[in-house]
Amino acid sequence: MGSLWIRLPVALRYTLLVIAVLLVWQGYVSISHVQKLLVASPIDVAHSLVADFQSGQLTKATWNTLQTLLEGMAIGAICGFVLASFAVFSRIGHDLLTVLSSIFNPLPSIAILPLAMIWFGLRPESIVFVVALATIWPVAINTDTGFRTISNTTQLAARNLGLRGWRLVIGVLLPAALPSISTGLKASWAFGWRTVVAAELIFGVAGSAGGLGWYINNARYYLQTSNIFAGLVVISVLGILVESIFGLVERHTVVKWGMKRAA
Amino acid sequence: MISSTTPLVSATGVSIDYIDAGGRRTTAVEDASFNVQCGETFVMIGPSGCGKTTLLKAIAGFLRPARGMLLVEGQPAREPGPDRAVVFQDFDQLFAWRTVRDNVVYALRVARKMPSGAAGKKADEMLALVDIARAAHRYPHELSGGMKQRAAIARALALEPSMLLMDEPFGALDAITRNQLQIELKGIHERTGVTIVLVTHSIQEAIYLGDRVMVMSSFPARVREIVDTRDATDIESTHFAELTGRLRALLVHREEQLDQPDRAAL
Repeated sequence: MGSLWIRLPVALRYTLLVIAVLLVWQGYVSISHVQKLLVASPIDVAHSLVADFQSGQLTKATWNTLQTLLEGMAIGAICGFVLASFAVFSRIGHDLLTVLSSIFNPLPSIAILPLAMIWFGLRPESIVFVVALATIWPVAINTDTGFRTISNTTQLAARNLGLRGWRLVIGVLLPAALPSISTGLKASWAFGWRTVVAAELIFGVAGSAGGLGWYINNARYYLQTSNIFAGLVVISVLGILVESIFGLVERHTVVKWGMKRAA
Repeated sequence: MISSTTPLVSATGVSIDYIDAGGRRTTAVEDASFNVQCGETFVMIGPSGCGKTTLLKAIAGFLRPARGMLLVEGQPAREPGPDRAVVFQDFDQLFAWRTVRDNVVYALRVARKMPSGAAGKKADEMLALVDIARAAHRYPHELSGGMKQRAAIARALALEPSMLLMDEPFGALDAITRNQLQIELKGIHERTGVTIVLVTHSIQEAIYLGDRVMVMSSFPARVREIVDTRDATDIESTHFAELTGRLRALLVHREEQLDQPDRAAL
């Protein structure tokens, strides 16, 4: 059995496991007659998914969440890069990064949301702010590490070609630090994604342009359990999708160049 | 204009200090005087950590001498540049994100401002010269150690430097590959006539490749003697054996004084 399993293609193995999970889930709901208010069956969830994507409600919620996330991540990543650049080129910048990241990194950025709501009101800006705060540190710390761990020989070889200043940074230092930078971006996406959903959940019904968190909370409000599940499925699938995009980009860059092992 | 008799590198009483992690100033090279003539292979040999690499880095422009005068083509050694192309021991001198050919093309484009067409042509020529044309489109991590060093030599030679600075270029290779590359480097030197300054701790490599061998002692590095090894090309010859003995005596003598094992006689 074990050797047969190993010989199957990996995609098929995963698909079979997903089907098995869905069957167990459906089987539990059908046999146990658990209240539909508590657990929705995969078939009900599928119905809700189709219905709400057709009505545009889920599409809009997904789009809103992604937009908020991208705005927050873009701001966070840019600030992170700027901070890391200061840290690489000056002692005070390095100290500043150490102090700031020590203070803010252990702080779940969702804990800043109440403060953000006071500053920005019940508007998407509040969520963008906390997402930016969640993404800035992983980007800054990893970029800084990336630049610092570039091999001495690589730098000497670059200087030997007469590279200086920004041409040295763009031509050699940036690609040499790419493995760490991509690690930072991946970590910041993971933090940002969790933060944006959590923030939307807290925002609840008040958000006019509601995202997936709002969608789930709304479904709870109306006791539409299968819609809650539908929202969770979208969040999970989007997560898998983005992870695999990161994986794909890494395979064609840092992994292909032997700078990072395949995950 | 430099006349043909002007040495390519001229060091007079050069001392180089370095500041260690604790902020202490240590003298790595003391009072070194020597000339490197155009077209010769000049070898610096000495025990590991004796400062010969420091001296090479100063010629390359990565370090500045604390005292003395270090002239390159009659001028004080300037900022690092492709006129003094360096081949390092570490394999990560190649840019991992570029193929072998791209490494050479990129070097030519940034260091020699060559248009991509001409750079590509030159790169192919150089890769053929060091016999790695078949690996042109592979990434450095896909190559063996020997092939990586060939690629690094191709990149350095493509720049048409006034001298090739080599810092223990074969130090991390297995003995067979090392011998092969020594033979090929000698061939390349004969064909191109490029001046080579080579740092090594292998006596055999020094005599085989070098026209002149500068023996250095350690802590701090001082020049003990400069030995002419021009006519010793046959490893089997008695002349080669005599020179080996002489260099070993020069190196070991100092080592014994320091009561250290003979690390230099490789």
